[in-house]
Amino acid sequence: MSEENNREKEQSPAASEPEASESSASESPASIPVEASTETPAVQAQPETTATQVETPSPASAPASTAAQEAGEAPPVRKKETDEEKAARRKATIEAKEAAKVAAAQAAALASAQASQPVTDGNTPAGKTADNEGASLENVEPPKPPSPNQPRLDRVTTLLRELAAEDAVEEAYINEANDHLPTFVVKSEHWLKAAQLFRNHVELSCNYLRNVSGVDYETYMEVVYYPLNMDTRECYAIKVRADREQPAVPSVTPIWETANWNEREIYDLLGIDFPGHPDLKRIMMPDDWVGHPLRKDYVPLDPEV
Amino acid sequence: MIRTEELLLNVGPQHPSTHGVFRIVVKLDGEVITEATPVMGYLHRGTEKLAENLNFTQIIPYTDRMDYVSAMTNNYVLCHAVEKMMGLEIPERAEFMRLIVMEMQRVASHLVWWGTYLLDIGALSPFLYAFSDRERILGLFNELCGARLTYNYMRVGGVKWDAPDGWIDRVKVFVKDMYNRLDEYHNLVSGNEIFLARIKGIGKYDAATAIDYGLSGANLRCTGVKWDLRKAEPYSLYDRFDFDVPVGKNGDCFDRYEVRLAEITQSLRILDQALEQFPGEGETMGKVPRVIRPPVGEIYVRIESPRGEIGCHIVSKGKAEPYRLKFRRPSFVNLQILPKLLIGESMTNMVTILGGIDIVLGEVDC
Repeated sequence: MSEENNREKEQSPAASEPEASESSASESPASIPVEASTETPAVQAQPETTATQVETPSPASAPASTAAQEAGEAPPVRKKETDEEKAARRKATIEAKEAAKVAAAQAAALASAQASQPVTDGNTPAGKTADNEGASLENVEPPKPPSPNQPRLDRVTTLLRELAAEDAVEEAYINEANDHLPTFVVKSEHWLKAAQLFRNHVELSCNYLRNVSGVDYETYMEVVYYPLNMDTRECYAIKVRADREQPAVPSVTPIWETANWNEREIYDLLGIDFPGHPDLKRIMMPDDWVGHPLRKDYVPLDPEV
Repeated sequence: MIRTEELLLNVGPQHPSTHGVFRIVVKLDGEVITEATPVMGYLHRGTEKLAENLNFTQIIPYTDRMDYVSAMTNNYVLCHAVEKMMGLEIPERAEFMRLIVMEMQRVASHLVWWGTYLLDIGALSPFLYAFSDRERILGLFNELCGARLTYNYMRVGGVKWDAPDGWIDRVKVFVKDMYNRLDEYHNLVSGNEIFLARIKGIGKYDAATAIDYGLSGANLRCTGVKWDLRKAEPYSLYDRFDFDVPVGKNGDCFDRYEVRLAEITQSLRILDQALEQFPGEGETMGKVPRVIRPPVGEIYVRIESPRGEIGCHIVSKGKAEPYRLKFRRPSFVNLQILPKLLIGESMTNMVTILGGIDIVLGEVDC
């Protein structure tokens, strides 16, 4: 078991970093070259600012690795190499991607020119997801070629606006990290109609609901549906947001039977109500359990557990 | 005229045919089930909640304990999701190791199902055959990573241990033997009249129902739907190998039985090719940042586990721990159809149908 623990540490320096910085702080005045000692304050400051540093990995990890060297731990040379190589590889993959996308981009431009309605939502949130891929990536690649799924995203947005409700779609973007998955944020009051559209419309006919997840975002609750069309193998992600105090999202169990237990689980663990569900009761926790464990503000009954 | 009385019966939570801790409350009219209510949660450990306070490397052992007869595929789905989010490249040798252990795991998992299913129905000796063969796989895993069931073998970026000397050859020998053993299985059981009488035409449903209930794996393919994520949405190296997706056509317990046995053959075929193409040398661990922090965003990744589509939905806020981690567990989703199948069936068929769905309670309850 202890051996196993060591291995974990090796793998995740998150645990070993603070140790390293501590020991280097105590050793630095006596035994360390000038260059390194200038860096020590930065390292000492680390524990207070971990929260912000977590967001920006590269600058924080550089002094940390020199600290590790002083403490006699992992050789920093290897670390530097990885960083450089990683950057190079990233660049290479981006270039390759770009080349591959050129053709798709032309097709997409053509298609969107044909589309009757100019899509305003499509581009802006796509930029947002680019952010998600990491700041460095965004810097290297200023003009973003449209995704191969952009026409499909635009088409479904139009369909939802025409057939469900004008304001049904709050946001529509491509989740690039996830195989360019078209993602929609649908208003809760229009969700039932939109779901029927996804299930029954000729162009969509998503007969298979592969997953339902609930997420607590602390300011609001979100339920994510992943419907799939088994014939065309087209998949979508649909997010429905709900108020955090009285979260409620219309149940889609009458449309996809799969949703039944999934919604029960989300109700049980996150406390989201699903009006229209045939049998909404707890499924994992005991019936007399107090609270919903996956909520971020959940206080366990017994902190020891 | 015979008058019957309604009887409420609790099957489980400790009943051996539930393969874990699972309860079904059945309402009986004589021998016939009129209502069935599954009750679960006895094995709920809050894996998803625990994961929110762990870094990704630390979560991997928890995935072992979800579907504990198929830990390798669980390892893979988590690592694969994180790798995809971070855009990591996996060395070919590592990917081959993963694929080989996953296919071995599929064989082992189907063997457990085969043995215990026949045990449920009343045939005792097949269980011993299946478990002695499975033991060989577990022995090979033990050599590889020092564990028989909870391997904690894969890592974000590759695998933890390279194959020991001669291991690949030993797997080759096993694969060769396993073909012969499969023939023996079929001779022993598949044509047995009593067995056929017990499972043919039992627990029937059609393709539309299966899709509506979101079934996956053999439970879906037994209805004739050719849907296997290894083919439909290829991941890992599956697009390099030649294999078929076995399907049934009646959607009954017998078809599920046949599909699973045929899947063992297909897994052996994949293993044959993978072991042949296995790169002689190379890294088993890719270049991975020291702290694994997937960028802000979310992802849903799915692979084909022996039980069906296992998915992993990660919401990341750029921290070393996931903001939200949700597993789509095939056992949980597949089990939903049980109450529908049980209505109108006799009590003896309940065990046949439940066993045919192939659930693992660690995964149902997560």
